[in-house]
Amino acid sequence: MVKDSGETGSSAMSDSDEQRRGFFKRVLAIVIGAIVCLVPGVTSLVVFFDPLRKRGAAADFISVAPLDAVPADGLPRRFQVIADRTDAWNRFVDEPLGAVYLVRSAEKPEEVVAFNALCPHLGCFVSYQASRDGFFCPCHHSSFQTDGEIIEPSPAERPLDRLETKIETISGEEDSQAAKRRILVKFQNFRAGGTGKVPK
Amino acid sequence: MMSTVTSLTAWLDNRTGYRRLLHEALYENIPGGARWRYVWGSTLVFAFMVQVVTGIVLWMAYSPSGHTAWESVYYIEHEMQGGSLLRGIHHFTAQAMIVLMALHLMQVVICGAYRAPREFNFWTGLILMQLVLGMSLTGYLLPWDQKAYWATSVATNIMGSGGDWIRQVAVGGSEYGHHTLSRFFAMHAGVLPGLIMLLLVLHLLFFRKHGVCAPNPEGKPDQYFWPDQVLKDAVACLAVLVVVLGLTIWKGADLGAPADAASPYDAARPEWYFLFLFQFLKFPFLEHLPGGAEFGGGVLIPMLVMALIGLMPIVGRWKLGHVFNVGLLFVLLGGAGALTGIAYNQDNMAGNTYNAENPPEKFPDDAQRQEQFANAWQASKNFLEAIDAAKREAERAEQLAKAPAGIPPTGMRSLLRNDAKTQGPVLFKAHCATCHSYRDSRGVVVRTDQQPTAPNLGNFGSRTWIAGLLDPKQVLTQKYFSSAEHLRDGDMAGWVVENVGEFEAEDLEDLNKVVMALSAEAALKSQQEMDEKDADAIAQGRELLKETIGCTDCHKFHDTGDAGLAPDLTGYGSREWLIGMISDPAHERFYGHLDADVQPMPSFAPNAQRPEENWLRAREIALIADWLRGQWYEPLQSQAAE
Repeated sequence: MVKDSGETGSSAMSDSDEQRRGFFKRVLAIVIGAIVCLVPGVTSLVVFFDPLRKRGAAADFISVAPLDAVPADGLPRRFQVIADRTDAWNRFVDEPLGAVYLVRSAEKPEEVVAFNALCPHLGCFVSYQASRDGFFCPCHHSSFQTDGEIIEPSPAERPLDRLETKIETISGEEDSQAAKRRILVKFQNFRAGGTGKVPK
Repeated sequence: MMSTVTSLTAWLDNRTGYRRLLHEALYENIPGGARWRYVWGSTLVFAFMVQVVTGIVLWMAYSPSGHTAWESVYYIEHEMQGGSLLRGIHHFTAQAMIVLMALHLMQVVICGAYRAPREFNFWTGLILMQLVLGMSLTGYLLPWDQKAYWATSVATNIMGSGGDWIRQVAVGGSEYGHHTLSRFFAMHAGVLPGLIMLLLVLHLLFFRKHGVCAPNPEGKPDQYFWPDQVLKDAVACLAVLVVVLGLTIWKGADLGAPADAASPYDAARPEWYFLFLFQFLKFPFLEHLPGGAEFGGGVLIPMLVMALIGLMPIVGRWKLGHVFNVGLLFVLLGGAGALTGIAYNQDNMAGNTYNAENPPEKFPDDAQRQEQFANAWQASKNFLEAIDAAKREAERAEQLAKAPAGIPPTGMRSLLRNDAKTQGPVLFKAHCATCHSYRDSRGVVVRTDQQPTAPNLGNFGSRTWIAGLLDPKQVLTQKYFSSAEHLRDGDMAGWVVENVGEFEAEDLEDLNKVVMALSAEAALKSQQEMDEKDADAIAQGRELLKETIGCTDCHKFHDTGDAGLAPDLTGYGSREWLIGMISDPAHERFYGHLDADVQPMPSFAPNAQRPEENWLRAREIALIADWLRGQWYEPLQSQAAE
């Protein structure tokens, strides 16, 4: 039925000629077809993978609470971390970035220990339970001591993520009783899972 | 190795039967062989697939709500890697589809491919055409810029001419808002593409059932679809892609300033392929149609035309039916083309002369024709000015979005509404320009039709402005006091003419220091460096102002002199002073010494306790003050250039 030009050649010479031309056409069709698919496809992929360019905001010391709000009794207290935040095109002023637990021991009242409140296992919000004197994750029952260390058995592979802190005098003589001092925390979130702290 | 592949493909074929499918797809017989004229359908499928792929990725970054739509499109366009290219491809492929649809339809009608047994093929094609036009209409709104907002509100109002409930359902409420965007987006990315895919499958099935409609296949041998026709199709697709990429790089997908229901947009036009309909609706005879011009011209006639096209397979059965169909198509396409041309020409007729104040004399001997021409010219001027203004506003929006302060959660529009640089001239024109003129050293001019009856406020408070006021040669020009009666005949002008006119060189030097000191009161951003440099001269000027020169004989200046004889010069030209002056010039601090019936300036906000009684809001007055003082955000680079 079909009078395909490749099959109707009369001589052997034109036959191979036709074949060569047919092969050329096939290759060309595939190449051009690939190009027209690749251009929009690759552009789409480039945009699709744009999120990989995003890095978490550089960690900054953020004023979290007055020093007096954390008595030197070794008990963790929870605070919101409030700062300006950029989300894609928006700039939000004074928005919660996350939460931290702050602890000050009687032995070292000048040192504030801060933990990110997210579980290092899979990122649920851990709670401090005074009755059990430790941090407990509601999701997969990871548990941590008040110094952040794991209480075995625990699915979390590393202790609670510690954050750098410093104390700043905002008014009054340094070291005087009347000085107003605040706790600053270098707030950061870390990747969930694993034994190492990797900033997001 | 080879045998593994063979056995793997054999296994796959055994499970899926893919070879038969592939064979059916590729080895379709084309009577008379491959032809260029068969490529249009394939290019349309290609374009649609491009839209699906690019559209899905755009979807991942787009946020349909009144406060985020423009912002997310801005983010795609300016912040995401490859975003501008992706958006450009999507934008221009959409337009390419319209052209390709027209070519496809022409090919089908001219070849008579709509005739039996291919009626269903033709009809599904017509429905597909409507769906693609629906995609264009819904997609046009999504960037939520001024153009999209105003053009689509016309389109939805036309829908409303068939019953307001249709419009309300379409826009998701009685007015435009969050739900308008989410609805349009659901139509654009869900309902319509779904229907297109369904219809496309049917369209292709019917096509495969009857095959290519070859007009005279006898001359040439048949061929399979693969590879000859595939190659031609691929080349055509490549051509489409090249055009799309070219337009993307050359023009780029436009993003205007964010939608604003309160600011007029004289350049509201539909996308170019709907321009013919826009122009068509201007015909006066449409008034007489049932439902008026909007329903009759915007809904009824297009539906009748579509019905007529839909009847082509039946009309085509008669002897002259095919000739009629081809004729009809050419009349329709030609008419649409002509209307598009007229619309384009009307909008652009002022061309390069639109900067002129008055229309050129085209028909000096024919007053009536000249008047018609002048009206058309004026409309075109408005259109082109609106395009220019929109471009400037869009650039400003981009500047502000890139500023360190970023876009607030309330969206870009709220930022622009509080931007002195763009809002200042608008507010000034509306409230101040009935009396004051404005022409500043940067070349910004606020145009009005009236003769000014108060001083030019361009660069108000600057050294040049004050020096000019104290110059006997300038004080009685239109820039300063000649325009206003109370100023022209007032004590100040008299003092300048009589006293300054007699000044010796030494006195003039003192006067210059006074100018510096008074101007420093304004603390203008543009004079910041000068003020710091001349701190000593300013301190001297301040003393001279209080004692030697005699300003404080009438004016109060800080703790010297008494208020109530002339405007207080303390903080002259500062933000606070200007806000006070605009709010309540009749106050003792300014023109309190004049009687109520000769007050030169209206009080725009005299009652701070009851703002609802005031003419202007505090926010608006502050914007005017900031604009007069040149106080607004500029990106660092252009600051350095200034």
